[in-house]
Amino acid sequence: MDYATLLQVLDSTVRLATPLLLACLAGLFSERAGIVDIGLEGKMLAAAFFSAAIAAITGSVWLGLLAGIAAALVMSGIHGLASITFRGNQLISGVAINFLASGITVLIAQDWFSQGGRTPSLMGGGRFESITLPFAEALRGVPIIGPLYYELISGHSILVYVAFLMVPLTWWILFRTRFGLRLRAVGEAPEAVDTAGVSVVGLRFAAIAICGLLTGLAGAYLATGLQAGFVREMTAGRGYIALAALIFAKWRPWYALYACLLFGLLQAVALRYQNIDLGGFIIPVQVMDALPYILTVVILAGFVGKAIPPRAGGEPYVKER
Amino acid sequence: MNDTPAIELKGISKAFGPVQANKDISIRVMPGTIHGIIGENGAGKSTLMSILYGFYKADAGEIWVNGSHKDITDSQAAISAGIGMVFQHFKLVQNFTVLENIILGAEDGPMLRPSLARARGVLKQLAEEYELSVDPDELVENLSVGHQQRVEILKALYRQADILILDEPTGVLTPAEADHLFRILDHLRAEGKTVILITHKLREIMEITDTVSVMRRGEMTATVKTAETSPEQLAELMVGRKVLLRVDKTPAQPGEVLLDVQNLRHVDDAGVERLKGVSLQLRAGEVLGIAGVAGNGQSELLEVLGGYADASGAVTMKGVSLPLSGAGADGSARRKAGIGHVPEDRQEEGLIMPYTAWENTVFGYHRDPHYQSGMLMNNARIKEEAQDKMTRYDVRPPNPNLAARNFSGGNQQKIVLAREIERDPDVLLIGQPTRGVDIGAIEFIHQEIIRLRDKGKAILLVSVELDEIFSLSDRIAVMFDGQIMGERMPGETDQTELGLLMAGVTERPEGKLIDAVDASLKEKEAREARQHD
Repeated sequence: MDYATLLQVLDSTVRLATPLLLACLAGLFSERAGIVDIGLEGKMLAAAFFSAAIAAITGSVWLGLLAGIAAALVMSGIHGLASITFRGNQLISGVAINFLASGITVLIAQDWFSQGGRTPSLMGGGRFESITLPFAEALRGVPIIGPLYYELISGHSILVYVAFLMVPLTWWILFRTRFGLRLRAVGEAPEAVDTAGVSVVGLRFAAIAICGLLTGLAGAYLATGLQAGFVREMTAGRGYIALAALIFAKWRPWYALYACLLFGLLQAVALRYQNIDLGGFIIPVQVMDALPYILTVVILAGFVGKAIPPRAGGEPYVKER
Repeated sequence: MNDTPAIELKGISKAFGPVQANKDISIRVMPGTIHGIIGENGAGKSTLMSILYGFYKADAGEIWVNGSHKDITDSQAAISAGIGMVFQHFKLVQNFTVLENIILGAEDGPMLRPSLARARGVLKQLAEEYELSVDPDELVENLSVGHQQRVEILKALYRQADILILDEPTGVLTPAEADHLFRILDHLRAEGKTVILITHKLREIMEITDTVSVMRRGEMTATVKTAETSPEQLAELMVGRKVLLRVDKTPAQPGEVLLDVQNLRHVDDAGVERLKGVSLQLRAGEVLGIAGVAGNGQSELLEVLGGYADASGAVTMKGVSLPLSGAGADGSARRKAGIGHVPEDRQEEGLIMPYTAWENTVFGYHRDPHYQSGMLMNNARIKEEAQDKMTRYDVRPPNPNLAARNFSGGNQQKIVLAREIERDPDVLLIGQPTRGVDIGAIEFIHQEIIRLRDKGKAILLVSVELDEIFSLSDRIAVMFDGQIMGERMPGETDQTELGLLMAGVTERPEGKLIDAVDASLKEKEAREARQHD
């Protein structure tokens, strides 16, 4: 493999890791606050559809982005209503959201565009263009560093940079601010937050609102950045891989970045090479696709340190003495 | 002296469904005093205090704080009225540092750094003022229970509470830690703070409070000056009739060794060794009391002997070796071998709560041919016998068709006791026989235990209540960190000596008791942390 190919694979890794990273950080906010969110997949899917649909209709990707975020927020709201307000089972609510999104996106797409459950291909202002960073062209000729900067770092859409900047931002919010302290506390010991006079419900809704915002970005990126338009089930399990990455990352922002890059790399390799030939022994592409989940099971089995989830995760908060 | 009460409750009522937890309660707590609230389990003490702290909303009544009417709708309102509460089950975030727990909800601004810095200063000051020292940067999960409680008190003081409510604060402490807590409360009183102490232990009330209010079945039955009352009078006010606080018993006549336990070791699911070589002998006709603070291996000892936890070592019953793992190591085999078991947690292990009382009276013995009729259960016989047992053990109401969960704690315990004792076991294992049981029932249960002993049975009693250990045991073994620290005869020891053993201190230290206890408990935490990694 030469340098150019390596850069291409890594470039593709960054693109593929972006929706995972956004969804993973979304899940991180939610689960750190004690709300297990298996509905990341559904929220991303809804956001992907509405961003593509609105972008197609208006011709503005920014309006599309807003629509995508709004759709994910509505989904988050449903999850919050079911699992926080009415103290329902968070897993069931999440699964319901996945089914809802899966059905409703195709249904509306068919009703609006009559193209077999997809949106028209987005063109021009309907997509996020790649941004060329300053000096990228000028430095292109410099050996090693030039192509690295030009290929890998420059030339992504704005949402990619947002996603990567979200990592330090998330870390800072969680560990340096009052909101972060309370958010982590409510996922560990909601009774401590409640007796300290802070609203458990308020904090948890704030957390899932952030989760909605980030899954909205993730979905919009899928349909308007990574690809040009919505097709049915286009999230293709990314929400679950993001959950796996979250466990892999032990619910920490920086680890989430590394986990998503690793899973993104696996996807990039699978995409580029299909079946990998290792000296006569062929690794089928399905193995690469399954690897994130296998790695997660290995982690959960406790082979690579212990992954301890937030203690109050999955439990609706009921006051008691 | 200031005549305005720090707290005045007027006509507080609160019902949970059909249960009237608080009925028209009025109480005045004077500033700068320690006010005890005593009552049996379920008398409504905790409910009342939860209303005062804004955790529940009262159906009727008013709360006055320092002479002004306050509407306390949530904990925030209580905190701003200067009320702090230390709950029985601590409300701490286990994987936060002490400092983070202190500032949670009381931060100075949106950024953490300045809040943490200020809290560090305040904490140092409070630690010196009230003997409340804890390491501010330690994670709460690495602290001993006593230190976690200090964090809770510090939390309240950091929020500038003038009125501190403590709900059953000594239940999880070693006696030396409890003494230290009372010294802290003394300091608080001297500084003009008001303390409300909720407890069911008469000794604590007599030791530290200025005034005491007694609750019974949701009502406030009396408020008296502590100096002008006696434990007997308080017990009578709590129960509504005269009670015997001392157990009448003759000296034991120990016979042959029935149960011989050698070098018992048990490792729990998390990989922590909970029993580290326990050896003991139990003789016919004696009560062996196992004293210790909860979580030092007593529960595991009962589980292993009762047959539902694996262990290594050797246990013989009347000279016959019992299997400690695999086939034959289960509750039913143990019962066949003549070992009855009244588990520590009757609601989880002793009873099946949604099942009826009569069904619960045969669990563990239901395969006995006596209760079979062909291939089916002989329900008619079981019911008939259940009715008889319930009458003789004074279970109220004596209705075998009621579900177990509909009985009070004391009556549930009587059902379990009836089941185990009526099978006439040679050895009876009893864990926490009177936890959550009202005084009236305690008297009965204690008498039953002694009666069984006098019939020549051997009884292994595990209890965290030192008073109970003293009044029932013929011999006392103290457990700490999975080991027996020593055996004493009740007549030849005292609370202080046992208290030190319960904290793993085997020799009376030269300096302050609490320092030796703290050091020993800290070592134990460190040992456990190492095993976890």
